Amino acid sequence: MSETLEIIDLFVEVEGKPILRGVTLTIRRGETHALMGPNGSGKSTLGLVLMGHPKYTVTSGDILLNGQSILEASPDERARAGLFLAFQRPVAIPGVKMADFLRHAATNVRNPERKEGEDLMPMKEFRQELRAKMAQLKMDPDFARRYVNDGFSGGEMKRAEILQLAMLQPKFAILDETDSGLDADAVRLASQSIAEIGGAKMGLLIITHHDKLLEHNPPQYTHVIMGGRIVETGGRELADELHRNGYQRVRDEHPEAAAMNDTNTKPEAVTA
Amino acid sequence: MAATDVIVNDETGVGEINKYDFRTETHSVFKARKGLDEDIVRQISALKNEPKWMLDFRLHALKVFFSKPMPKWGGEINLDFQDIYYYIKPTEQQGRTWDDVPAEIKDTFEKLGIPEAERKYLSGVKAQFESEVIYGSLKEDLAEKGVIFTDTDTAVREYPELLREHFGKIIPTEDNKFAALNSAVWSGGSFIYVPKGVKIDFPLQAYFRINEENMGQFERTLIIVDEGAQVHYVEGCTAPMYTSESLHSAVVEVIVKRNGRCRYTTIQNWANNIYNLVTKRAYAYGDAVMEWVDGNLGSQLTMKYPAVHMMEPGARGEILSIAFANKGQHQDAGAKLVHQAPNTTGQIISKSISKNGGRASYRGLARVEKGAVGSKCSVVCDALILDDASRSDTYPYIEVLEQDVSIGHEASVSRIGEEQLFYLTSRGMSEAEASTMIVNGFIEPLVKELPMEYAVELNRLIQLQMEGSVG
Repeated sequence: MSETLEIIDLFVEVEGKPILRGVTLTIRRGETHALMGPNGSGKSTLGLVLMGHPKYTVTSGDILLNGQSILEASPDERARAGLFLAFQRPVAIPGVKMADFLRHAATNVRNPERKEGEDLMPMKEFRQELRAKMAQLKMDPDFARRYVNDGFSGGEMKRAEILQLAMLQPKFAILDETDSGLDADAVRLASQSIAEIGGAKMGLLIITHHDKLLEHNPPQYTHVIMGGRIVETGGRELADELHRNGYQRVRDEHPEAAAMNDTNTKPEAVTA
Repeated sequence: MAATDVIVNDETGVGEINKYDFRTETHSVFKARKGLDEDIVRQISALKNEPKWMLDFRLHALKVFFSKPMPKWGGEINLDFQDIYYYIKPTEQQGRTWDDVPAEIKDTFEKLGIPEAERKYLSGVKAQFESEVIYGSLKEDLAEKGVIFTDTDTAVREYPELLREHFGKIIPTEDNKFAALNSAVWSGGSFIYVPKGVKIDFPLQAYFRINEENMGQFERTLIIVDEGAQVHYVEGCTAPMYTSESLHSAVVEVIVKRNGRCRYTTIQNWANNIYNLVTKRAYAYGDAVMEWVDGNLGSQLTMKYPAVHMMEPGARGEILSIAFANKGQHQDAGAKLVHQAPNTTGQIISKSISKNGGRASYRGLARVEKGAVGSKCSVVCDALILDDASRSDTYPYIEVLEQDVSIGHEASVSRIGEEQLFYLTSRGMSEAEASTMIVNGFIEPLVKELPMEYAVELNRLIQLQMEGSVG
């Protein structure tokens, strides 16, 4: 039986403003989906709401993980159930070393019943695994001793997110613009890395503006989100088209969604 | 008495997790009546067979104490000075081995992990229970090199000249009301002398335990580090929780001579019914280094500002202060640097955390005297507030009476951010675990300065404070 992440007619508000207006999407484990859309379309909101960010309110609809609703689950419960979000803008946690952070995270995700204060995974085993994963991602071992995202360059932050993805091996991962702020070579490396750490075995939702990140992770499905709704779904070729020509054709064919999207991106609106 | 006589206190509801919160059934040898007057002071002095100069010193201090008003700044002190025991003698004499110590008291310190630490990584230990040091040890090779590590009462008898040269000279009786109180009724504390050029590799540790309700503990510590010598002194303090207040008021004087080095580390974990009003000051001479590492996690109210006076060129003073104010606690902690000579260097790093309505204040002084040209002074204080009910204040005083000096002051206040919590919880950490991780990260720059054993202890205590932090 294949594992699924189902988003069913999802409506989401932030501080009273509607952002998502009925998103429906099913991802099976082993599939790669690209999610594209103009600024303010609700791409990042979808990632954050799937992970359970407290700022976002689901007003109707549901999110099912293997048939079970996770709407009431806290972010840590969702992580332990096998969900992962690679953040577009990860926050710094000063004073907390990457290695300590990863050891806690890996222990909790692998042992979902673990309570605070209970044993962490054995140090030796963890170190070996971390060293191997970092070598695979061509990362300097010193990286593990740095404080989480503290003083990281844009590229380092994205690589740190991929390292977490590699260590946690989730069932489903949402990658929110894991290519933004990177130069062409760095994007290629990121794309390669995601493939190497077994991205194809997960269910991937790749949020991106470009097609480079998809190079090594070819999507079976491409979705276009606009004005908080998925307005088109196609295959790999749709991603290529949007990358080449932009969103004008889609805007023309979905004037209502385009108008809604413009409302969202007005200066006083919350950017999503 | 057997170990079963140690009663775990669960009135506070934290008996299971707080290993420090237990009462020991004891039979004290002598217990002065409650209250403070000339008779009590004379009684303490007589019991200790003190020379007349010390009795006179005490009686004068008592007058100074009564004449000084309560401080109008800092925290609120609602203490009835006549409802406190000023002196309790727990045993007939000090033990040289733990087997000499009465079983119930030995058991108390076993529970606190002192004999074990002594075996593993300490050069010497003093354990004070109520008013007296009940156990003392010092590694033999250090004694042979002329190191003195004894309780201050013994020092009055055995090293009168060395003691008198410095006793009350760094912190005079008139300094403040609580220094005067300590001077009048002091008992116990450590006296340390490290001879010229002797470097002590492993820490000397003192452990202070208050057991009785309404107790006043007034230890008096004097540390003399001679030229080129080196010592790390560590003190820990705990007490069981009672519903009425107790008082801990110490005076600590430190002299670090030319090229000497002293580090004084405190991990203060008094029960939350204790007023902790302490005066600590060091004089550092030419090219000497004095470091205070001051961790305040316990007590109801702490008012404590360890000071370094840099007396001669090249002297260096460093103060690391960590304060954690939980429910019902006010940590008015800080530090003082006084540059009295040219080319002296001082640094204060303070980190405070407040939680569950706790209040943490940083109160500090950086003063450069006339003539102290070329001095450098840097003050950094960061506060982390964990919830809306808690409070943090900063009172930095900077007094510069000289040109051509470098003074830096930085302060920051932050709250645990929703985004930080979300990031960590999205990686499988529970909200409580995530908060603890953020707090540990916040104090990490200080904790990494500590020897491993104390870093572990401090992290454990923070963990304890953080438990149940998320409702």
